[in-house]
Amino acid sequence: MASRRLRLLLPLGGLAAAVALWSLGTALLARSVPIATHFAPLGALRALVGLLGEALLWEHIAVSLKRVAVGLAFAVGMGVPLGVLTGLSTLFAQASGPLFQFLRMVSPLSWMPIAVMVLGIGDAPVYFLLAFAAVWPILLNTAAGVAQLDRNWLLLARSLSATRFETVARVILPGITAHILTGVRLAIGIIWIILVPAEMLGVDAGLGYFILDTRDRLAYAELMAAVVLVGCLGFLLDFAARWLHRLWLHGR
Amino acid sequence: MNAPAEHLLAARGLAFHYGAQPVFAGVALAIRRREIVALLGSSGCGKSTLLRALAGLESPAAGQVSFLDQALASPHPRSALIFQQASLLPWLTVEANAAFGLDFRHQPAIAAATRRERVREALAAVGLAGRESAWPAELSGGQAQRVALARALAREPELLFADEPFSALDAITRAEMQNLLVEVVHRWHAAVLLVTHDIDEAILVADRILLMGGRPGTLLAEWTVDIPRPREDHPGAVTALRLDILSALRDTFVQPTADVA
Repeated sequence: MASRRLRLLLPLGGLAAAVALWSLGTALLARSVPIATHFAPLGALRALVGLLGEALLWEHIAVSLKRVAVGLAFAVGMGVPLGVLTGLSTLFAQASGPLFQFLRMVSPLSWMPIAVMVLGIGDAPVYFLLAFAAVWPILLNTAAGVAQLDRNWLLLARSLSATRFETVARVILPGITAHILTGVRLAIGIIWIILVPAEMLGVDAGLGYFILDTRDRLAYAELMAAVVLVGCLGFLLDFAARWLHRLWLHGR
Repeated sequence: MNAPAEHLLAARGLAFHYGAQPVFAGVALAIRRREIVALLGSSGCGKSTLLRALAGLESPAAGQVSFLDQALASPHPRSALIFQQASLLPWLTVEANAAFGLDFRHQPAIAAATRRERVREALAAVGLAGRESAWPAELSGGQAQRVALARALAREPELLFADEPFSALDAITRAEMQNLLVEVVHRWHAAVLLVTHDIDEAILVADRILLMGGRPGTLLAEWTVDIPRPREDHPGAVTALRLDILSALRDTFVQPTADVA
């Protein structure tokens, strides 16, 4: 009972301490840089409440979430088949291994200028960057899932004369879903981090764009509100991904 | 020898090797309808590989397997397998696990209502009526193996291949499962090829025992078990057969070869 209360109080305490430090930091900074008062927590909170009442903010949120969904869909569409192939074929795994490790270590934002040149200005390069950043955890987790599949399940499928399609659809895919969901959860985290900088280039909506917009309007309280909002939404996205993962595992 | 038509499964001159390593050679055997045959041998003697070759899961290097007088190249729809691990699919309920594979393309087409009825009957026979919507994670090892048995029975097999199906269970559950196996295969009019390293299991369950051993493995001896069931009630006859098998087994121990460095 006491430990349960503690488990609830500790995170709240941590957050309260962070807000206190934030408040203290802006107050100290305001002595030398007066503009820092605009960044204080109370102003940000007030701005956030105001912004939440405006339709415009919700449009930016909707645009950003749509980009997350599209980027994630592309990443899953590429990552799962490639992961299955990597897990099933040693030849493919060996041929693609170094290439994937290399591509994985290039910051996705490095591709931004090339993506804009090739795909033009607008949503397309953002989708590309998000998918490119998010495909790796999905691919690697899928491949690990295939490698860890119970060999007896495959033997069972063979003993039932399962076709290749039946084996993939009825045994392999459900057998690796938990791994795919782990990959998706990691991918959502990466997409959310990449999204804001990706939206700072060549688009006219979304939370990344909104942050630059507040800066240009010198609306610093709104800028801080947007930062807090980005964090909150990311937290909720991760929570949803974890919930989905647990929901699937509950069936076991 | 009986007329071929009486044989459900027959194999002649069967040989198998992994790379250059011979596993078994010159294996000939036949299984009649409704007969329970135990394939007895020590661990690693190749009996599981032989079972897979007979089930159509491995292609032998030489020899031929026929099922219902037809050459067998892949698992026959009228045969079913159970393994040491129940190998239930954790994302499916008990009922869906028992029904798994019945709707596969290469399986005989049956109406959905018939399928449900078969699954219900099979689950009831293994004592799991009422647990249809349970998840595999909620089952004990013995219950999971019951579901695996029901999954095999739901296919109404002529021949059930069982690869050490009870060796991962505790002794009491194992005895229970051995009795259940005999009971249900009699009810389903199925034959069984039971691979086991447990002499008592072979004696308690089988109508006929084949002893496998040597390197490469081959069938060394055969016993017809005509002790009335339940065999636990005939300890004298069981013990006599047990001693007989043990003495035959002693002769199969592979002698250490001189060329071992």
